[in-house]
Amino acid sequence: MSSPESSPYNEDDASPHGETRKTEWPLWEVFIRGQHGLSHRHVGSLHAADAEMAIKNARDVYTRRNEGVSIWTVRASDIAASSPEEKGSLYEPANDKVYRHPTFFDIPDEVGAM
Amino acid sequence: MYAQMIKSTGQGVKSLDEMEPEERAFQERIDAGGKIEPKDWMPEGYRKNLIRQIGQHAHSEIVGQLPEGNWITRAPTLERKAILLAKVQDEAGHGLYLYCAAETLGVTRDDLTRDLLSGKMKYSSIFNYPTLTWADMGAVGWLVDGAAIMNQVPLQRTSYGPYARAMVRICKEESFHQRQGFDIMMKMANGTEAQHKMAQDALNRFWFPSLMMFGPSDAESVHSAQSMAWKIKMNTNDELRQKFVDQTAPQAAYLGLTIPDDTLKLNEETGHYTFAEPDWEEFFDVLKGNGPCNTERLEARNKAWDEGRWVREGLIAHAEKKRSRKMAAE
Repeated sequence: MSSPESSPYNEDDASPHGETRKTEWPLWEVFIRGQHGLSHRHVGSLHAADAEMAIKNARDVYTRRNEGVSIWTVRASDIAASSPEEKGSLYEPANDKVYRHPTFFDIPDEVGAM
Repeated sequence: MYAQMIKSTGQGVKSLDEMEPEERAFQERIDAGGKIEPKDWMPEGYRKNLIRQIGQHAHSEIVGQLPEGNWITRAPTLERKAILLAKVQDEAGHGLYLYCAAETLGVTRDDLTRDLLSGKMKYSSIFNYPTLTWADMGAVGWLVDGAAIMNQVPLQRTSYGPYARAMVRICKEESFHQRQGFDIMMKMANGTEAQHKMAQDALNRFWFPSLMMFGPSDAESVHSAQSMAWKIKMNTNDELRQKFVDQTAPQAAYLGLTIPDDTLKLNEETGHYTFAEPDWEEFFDVLKGNGPCNTERLEARNKAWDEGRWVREGLIAHAEKKRSRKMAAE
């Protein structure tokens, strides 16, 4: 996902952020659903003035080779995301709960497929 | 390559012992084949280096549309025209995937565009050569896209997640580009005498500039050493150039065309071709802005930017008007 979270790009490398910002189209994240009934999947991002244009641009940029049958676009600034620092508290509790996986249980062969 | 002479920190590669804990964890993750994602901690040098590299790569895709766009109206058949249009459209898409990857590093596409337009950021030297005949469309696809693929395929494994994912998409499409170029070359090389000559002429003009795409030998470069440690560069320039020559020489033979290098020879022992180096003075001169088409290319991009300004602004104004009307209605 395109969320410029790191420190700002400094002036040594770029023109100062000034006038262009006002006229820069906002960033949209693009999600495409493929042909075979799978969920929408994040494929990338693009700039567009509004939602309608975001869909049109997404069609041109991300579905030139029949990659999808449905497009979602959402303003990048509207996405809430977990932060990498939370990795431990969010995901570690799942590590010691192996019984959540079916392979935890031994089913005798004579029972057959289950 | 599409990104040439990218500068890194210039300070040489630190050993793990010399690093602060944060940086060591970062490097160990890369060493273990892990991916770095936008919100993860990263050294400032890594971020800047990537912005320069991805930005230059993106600019190359965009400027690279110009030499081919030159032939869209003059393609020999409707089918060739449709194919070339699709190819040039792909290049715009490739530029966009890459700008988006760069934007995850905290730079905006307009920042990068401005730096291209002012000449501060570069694009690949190859696009400063003119496309004089239809056979050049063949040579560009076969040689230029072929050389780009050499670099882009390994970059699918690069350490920065968004860059790697952009490369996966690009590589899928790039293969079509190279094949369509080779298809044009086959047609021309097996055509009339005049067509065959045209194909040979295109090869003559594009051979050495294609070898230059990989950049000069960087076996000793501190910048490349750092980029390789960070896995944002996967092979040395010489390795990729050798691979390109090894792959391309037999293809030229198949076409019945002669690579313009008298010294080109297969070394039976190593299985690799020996070949002549391109003229590196010419390369540096082109990078400085003195190639045959540098001025024309930058002028074309500046013109597009300036003349598109009212469209960009108009659409923003329209979107704002619609939004405020909708809010008023609610």
